[in-house]
Amino acid sequence: MSAEEAHRDSAEVAARVERRWATFAVIIIVGMALLAAFAGIHSATMPQPRVETTDPSRLHLSGEFVESNLGSVLETNGNVTVRAIGQQYSFTPACILVPADTPITLRATSADVVHGILIQGTNVNTMLVPGYISEQLMHFAKTGDYLMPCQEFCSFGHEGMWGKVKVIDKTEFADRAKSGGRLSCVGQ
Amino acid sequence: MLANRKLILAHFWLAFAVFGVALTLGAWQMFIRSPIGTWLSNPELYYRSLTAHGTVMGYVFPTLVAMGFGYAISESALKQRLVGVRWAWAGFWLIVAGSIMAIIPIALGRASVLYTFYPPLIGNVFYYLGVVLVVVGSWIWVALMSINLRLWRKAHPGAPVPLAMFANVAGSYLWAWTAVGAALELLLQIIPVAAGLKTTIDAGLARVFFSWTLHAIVYFWLMPTYIAYYTIVPRAIGGRVYSDTMARISFTLFLVVAMPIGMHHTFADPQVGAGFKFIHSAFTALVALPTLLTVFTICASVEIAARLRGGRGMFGWIRALPWDNPMMLALAFSFVMLGFGGAGGLINMSYQLDASIHNTQWITGHFHLIFGGAIVIMYFAIAYDLWPHLTGRELLDLRLIRIQLWLWFVGMMVTTFPWHWVGILGMPRRMAYFDFGDPAIAPQALSVTLSAIGGFILLASGILFLVILARGMRAPQADAGPYCFAVAVHEPATVPVALNTHALWVALMIGLTVTNYGYPILTLALNEGTSVPAVYVGAQ
Repeated sequence: MSAEEAHRDSAEVAARVERRWATFAVIIIVGMALLAAFAGIHSATMPQPRVETTDPSRLHLSGEFVESNLGSVLETNGNVTVRAIGQQYSFTPACILVPADTPITLRATSADVVHGILIQGTNVNTMLVPGYISEQLMHFAKTGDYLMPCQEFCSFGHEGMWGKVKVIDKTEFADRAKSGGRLSCVGQ
Repeated sequence: MLANRKLILAHFWLAFAVFGVALTLGAWQMFIRSPIGTWLSNPELYYRSLTAHGTVMGYVFPTLVAMGFGYAISESALKQRLVGVRWAWAGFWLIVAGSIMAIIPIALGRASVLYTFYPPLIGNVFYYLGVVLVVVGSWIWVALMSINLRLWRKAHPGAPVPLAMFANVAGSYLWAWTAVGAALELLLQIIPVAAGLKTTIDAGLARVFFSWTLHAIVYFWLMPTYIAYYTIVPRAIGGRVYSDTMARISFTLFLVVAMPIGMHHTFADPQVGAGFKFIHSAFTALVALPTLLTVFTICASVEIAARLRGGRGMFGWIRALPWDNPMMLALAFSFVMLGFGGAGGLINMSYQLDASIHNTQWITGHFHLIFGGAIVIMYFAIAYDLWPHLTGRELLDLRLIRIQLWLWFVGMMVTTFPWHWVGILGMPRRMAYFDFGDPAIAPQALSVTLSAIGGFILLASGILFLVILARGMRAPQADAGPYCFAVAVHEPATVPVALNTHALWVALMIGLTVTNYGYPILTLALNEGTSVPAVYVGAQ
């Protein structure tokens, strides 16, 4: 075998090894994408799917984010809806009261700049962008207290913007909800 | 010595000088918000510092490194005179002017909006104009790289473009197109408001524009590092590039798939629907492909060097590598950090997992590990490799260089691992202060302290880096010979047109951006009533 042939052979070997690796890499990547699609469809775990808008300069005047409508409400089907807003530099309500072991829908928006809601120790994590409504499903298995910091820079007071989430027993929550109105744990 | 050494040295020295300043600010930030610092009674100072740190490290430092390195590549890989040196200097001075224009309002506390802008927060208009000047300056470089390659092609019809220049031009095109997203946000949305012509802004649309830039910019930062992997490391350690073709494929893949994926930064946002979020997530998975190919090719190239040095066995060859060679050390550290950072990145881009770490300290840890770690350590290596060719003097103290690289690696590990950990615990980003007295936050005090110590190790390493380069300017003169790049095992006699030109890949890059961004941007732009009042920063 001449040197030139040996050179050509080794080039072919190199190309073959590379092709194998490239195939393997593509399989990993396609596998990951399929896994994400499966989990998204099968377990309905996905980021917020729909786009809803709202006018932040009129939040306090009318619509679902007027002050009297903020807080937690027990729906007729037993689920709970929480409505909240973020503004420089606090959440309203500053302490969110929810029952354990109940499907909860969080609906929130911002009254001024971009904020974020993150409930520590959970996967609840969403941006609040003024002009748009964020919606996220939540479920707390156990009762307890959680910290809820703003996770997006919202100017100089950002480091002081911490809310709380209080998860109480399902029956206790139902009791409190009987009187109607919107529940929160502000001042408790 | 390189003919344009003055031009390249100007870029490198400015890059590393501003890097030193931003690094010092970063270390101070780590310290002041940790339990070992005392409460900063004015958090506004923290956000000035954070804005300066991000603006320098994101826009000025890597851009100058890519530009300086690009001029060096153009001259030495093409072996032809750099055309447009005057324009290159004009680009450099535009960046100087832009940086000064941006830093003054930052220092005065009039632009504490962070380098990611965050409208409807609006800072002083000169901050944004300064950033625009920096980008315009770098676009001159993009044009020059393209022109120089075109002239070479005319003189060498059909010849394979040297790999280093092929990759360099790919990087410059990526940057030109990447910057368009932020440019649209600045020119159409932010600057009219900052200048007082408008008072409202669509924050959701702005976030989508910025995501266009925000992810691919990372691949622009990465380009010099990957060019060093392929074209410097094998030469410096006495090996060969395993495959020239695979290298070209990797760079063209970066050009195409780095762009249409930025919306994985907006998974948690309310202004983008689930469909485009999923598409961008899947495309982000694709961007792992060029990196997986690169890791394979570079490991194989390094193995060639080891076997040429007498390495034997399945893994025994690793011992035969020239570990006292700074380039070898930098590459190994870079790969370790790329591995951890890349694994973290797969979590960030995941459609489901992102929710558990979005906007926590995990993200800060992630991009410091990838950019500050894997990428910047190779910037150091590039500077060390080029320095003798720029100064005509030898870098003598290899031991000091090894210590500097070790410190950077250890510092980055000590900084970013605890950062990732507190991120999983839910610690939010960009906080000037944490109340460690709160029983729920107290357990994170140790991790935050560790990170701060890591910050100081990084600062020590950064200072050492500047000292080594400064000493290199006064070392005894020595002729380093011509600057050359690694040779492939099988040097290509001809290269398919698709892998020798950029046109097809640039067309794909633009086409995919239009399909992946066109519809979301159009719907957001046409959506009435989502513009919100601007909130001016620092306006008392």
